[in-house]
Amino acid sequence: MDIPRHWRLNKQRYALVGEVCEHCDAKLFPPRDICPECGKEAKTLFQFSGKGEVYSYTTVYEAPEGYAEQAPYTLAMVKLAEGPLVTAQLTDIGDQKPAIGMPVEMVTRLLRSATDERGMLIYGYKFRPAVAQAAQAA
Amino acid sequence: MTNVVIAGIGQTPVNEHWDLSLRELGLQAMEAAMQDAGGLRPNALYVGNMLSGALSHQAHLGAMLADFAGLTGIEAAAIEAAGASAAMALRVGFLAVASGQVDVALVLGVEKLSDQVPAQVESALAMGTDADYEAEQGLTLTAQAALLAQRYLHEFKVPEHGLAGFSLTAHANGAHNPNAMFRKAVKPEIYASAAIVSAPLNMFDIAPNADGAAALLLTRAELLPPKFPHPLVEIAGSSAVTDTLALHDRPDPLTFNAARLSVERACAQAGILPKDADLFELFDAFSIYSALSLEAAGFSERGQGWVWARNGAIHLDGDLPIATLGGLKARGFPGGATGAYQAVEATLQLRGQADGAQVPGAKTALVQSLGGPASTAVTHVLKVFNQN
Repeated sequence: MDIPRHWRLNKQRYALVGEVCEHCDAKLFPPRDICPECGKEAKTLFQFSGKGEVYSYTTVYEAPEGYAEQAPYTLAMVKLAEGPLVTAQLTDIGDQKPAIGMPVEMVTRLLRSATDERGMLIYGYKFRPAVAQAAQAA
Repeated sequence: MTNVVIAGIGQTPVNEHWDLSLRELGLQAMEAAMQDAGGLRPNALYVGNMLSGALSHQAHLGAMLADFAGLTGIEAAAIEAAGASAAMALRVGFLAVASGQVDVALVLGVEKLSDQVPAQVESALAMGTDADYEAEQGLTLTAQAALLAQRYLHEFKVPEHGLAGFSLTAHANGAHNPNAMFRKAVKPEIYASAAIVSAPLNMFDIAPNADGAAALLLTRAELLPPKFPHPLVEIAGSSAVTDTLALHDRPDPLTFNAARLSVERACAQAGILPKDADLFELFDAFSIYSALSLEAAGFSERGQGWVWARNGAIHLDGDLPIATLGGLKARGFPGGATGAYQAVEATLQLRGQADGAQVPGAKTALVQSLGGPASTAVTHVLKVFNQN
């Protein structure tokens, strides 16, 4: 019964809302309330642009529970334009081969299908090749 | 300082033990350790385990295992720090005995992974990552190691199969260990043709999940009779350090900072430098972890740890033998129990009882366990104890 847990994360999952430290201007995602850069309180919300580039990637064939339908899927660490790294899946990549440095942008997708009789579906951020780049390639 | 010594050790083979339960595995290792110590009985039991709640529907392992071992009445509790659980239990046992509050502490690492299907085990192991921001994206420990390896190979221009030597060394050594899951050397061409699991990792870059239990009985040297049945090994240094839980929260994911700090602190306490160690039982859950752990311990610059994979120095007769009884790769990876196996194996080396895998003249061992990608790092320095 994880409903409140997922509801609490809506802002982060749907809109990449993190925090900015008012003391040293560090941008934080995920939000963590204490700035790792300067050690002071950082609770001001900050919405990230969703732009970034691939820091690393791999493919998951042996998926954990709830992810089997998506397997194989591409998992990445994405370096956001504002600084932080996030762990997320790459999606809509079609025939493109993922690469380190590939420009990507955030989209909202189904993260996990139902694993119990309540049938809760979890949506959240994934990243796709940046549209401008995709248009250029076409 | 008070000398905390390892008076007894015990272990079960690491394997898929369909016929043995968590408590039966634990009992075998505990009984073996007590017998090895000439029948010494503990006042306290510290259990290192990660997943009994998730995979065996059993919490409260302290009471369960003290009860099953006929030790009801003693202090007992479980300690969890993902893959470093048993190493952390060893540290707690060390602290308890060193403090004088406990005279004899039994440290048990026990894990039962084979009761559930692989997808469930992967999910359970991923509980050691950040549940909200890593596991929820479909991350597994293997995928996370693959992300590390992919970036590492890219950034440092490592040649293809540049990490193979870590796995090949572990398998060559495991052939001599009767408790290892895989007891067969692997040829380079077999490694090179192995199936990719999560690129760039193939099946030989990943330690196999398995069941197992290993135990150590700790006490203070002065409490033992002068004529003890076997050589004693002392815990000369002990350190546990944390880093960010999520890998993506680090300024440089390719640096295992907690591993570095715990080596520095454990060695400082023991009055040695890492290079003084005759062997290094590192946490080779994935071959990339071996490279990053060697760098963290100061044996290489950042980005150069992989070079050790091609260096005979990591073999049993080299300057820095690693994974001497097979490591996680060939002995097997019994989750949170792993740290107890590593300490038992280092003890066998220092007692001169490692048979075909013996590191000649081993006097000092560095033993390190990691929780996740060194979100927790626990390092112990073990030394031959001279009673005088």
